Amino acid sequence: MSEVKYSKEHEWIKLDGDVATIGITKHATEMLGDIVFAELPEKGSNVEKDGTAGVVESTKAASDVYTPVSGEVVDTNQAIVDDPSKINEDPENTAWFFKLKIKDLSEMDTLMNKDDYDKFAKETSA
Amino acid sequence: MEIKKTSLHQLHQDNKAKFVEFAGYQMPIQYSEGIVEEHKYTRNHSGIFDVSHMGQLFIYGGEDLMKDLEKIFPLDLKNLKLNRSKYSFLMDKDAGIYDDLIITKINEGFLIILNAACKDNDFKMLKELLKNKYKMVLDHNRSLIAIQGPKSSQILNDVVNGVKDLNFMLGNWFSFENQKVYITRSGYTGEDGFEISIPNDLADKFTRELINKGSKLIGLGARDTLRLEAGLCLYGHDLDKDKTPVEANLKWAISKERISQGDFIGSDIIIEQLNNGVSKIRVGIKPEGRIIAREKTKIFNQLDVHIGEITSGTFGPSVNGPVAMGYVENEFSKKNTKVLLEVRGKKHPASVCSLPFYKKSYVKGVN
Repeated sequence: MSEVKYSKEHEWIKLDGDVATIGITKHATEMLGDIVFAELPEKGSNVEKDGTAGVVESTKAASDVYTPVSGEVVDTNQAIVDDPSKINEDPENTAWFFKLKIKDLSEMDTLMNKDDYDKFAKETSA
Repeated sequence: MEIKKTSLHQLHQDNKAKFVEFAGYQMPIQYSEGIVEEHKYTRNHSGIFDVSHMGQLFIYGGEDLMKDLEKIFPLDLKNLKLNRSKYSFLMDKDAGIYDDLIITKINEGFLIILNAACKDNDFKMLKELLKNKYKMVLDHNRSLIAIQGPKSSQILNDVVNGVKDLNFMLGNWFSFENQKVYITRSGYTGEDGFEISIPNDLADKFTRELINKGSKLIGLGARDTLRLEAGLCLYGHDLDKDKTPVEANLKWAISKERISQGDFIGSDIIIEQLNNGVSKIRVGIKPEGRIIAREKTKIFNQLDVHIGEITSGTFGPSVNGPVAMGYVENEFSKKNTKVLLEVRGKKHPASVCSLPFYKKSYVKGVN
């Protein structure tokens, strides 16, 4: 299992072989507030790096979820669709969004490590 | 223009409020517990809302003022007893709504509570309509605090003795720290509650006492989910100059007595619409599943014909599902009519439903 990487759109990505698990960061959930709706990409569909791959909604507004890398969706987390409050409770672990069979491993190099992301998150929310 | 702050700003900060700009004021959208918890706490216990950005317009006068106001509002003010409140509208001659408001008969004249974004324009319009004949004060020296929810009556009564005996839509002067506060039993959440007009320098102390007795500060975010579950309109969204009170399905607020007489601003159109019906009307919309249809979402009939638009929509924490309201062509306004909502390019099933989504628990009384 490799280290967790982060995108500027506040997604996290964890690689296991050529399958990546993707979700949104705790920082993102704190900015969004209570999440009350989640929409995920369809299994078997292909998503492109930085393209839309889902939606989360708080009571206030809808926000797109982007995929930080390209690939084929091999699994989605129905539990967060059935109970979106799980995303606020455990965003960086059990409340993952979808899994991708990754197309181009080099896309991982464009992402941030934890320290860089924490710094980025702090700067952009200030 | 500099952004305005209410007298409770420090208290909001002390309670870790997230702020937004609303109608030129810096207002709390939520506190640390978040909108869903705040919403539920109001429904189950008691919530405090800083609504000091709203206008408190005092108009002083007697019989002449009452008659002049009847030429403006579709209300039977002649028979409005002292300290009684009524919901009404400021309209143009085509019955388009400039603002929705609460008007209360007080000893010295009338107190009108106006929406924050509309209050300055309302003041100007009313001054012209009343031809400067009466003393009018849009009072910036008073704050307006609402306390809502089933425990509010007991909590407020512990701070201001006697308020629990007020009936719904009834007000009176009470005393706090030897100063006069005007309290009405009213609100905008679908819960029993009160609105307190209080001098600015007492607002912070007063609110902290309510918090000490177990009430909690609630932000504008939960105020919106609460009022929407209760089926109540938000000006600028569900109501505006392109909609009339009849189209907004608010004809209950128009006095029958006054309809027979006419002679108020917009009366020709109101009477025409009451007699002949309207082409569009406000309804409740319940999406199937969890999809949230927000303002400006297009509504279609089952043949895919565009028949209307959502004007407010969110997730209702007490309903535990999405709730919305909007305007549809009259023939599709019947309860249980199946419609489609276009969200992010896809059509989702929903049905027309009656309002409110959440059953209210107002205290019964004379009204």
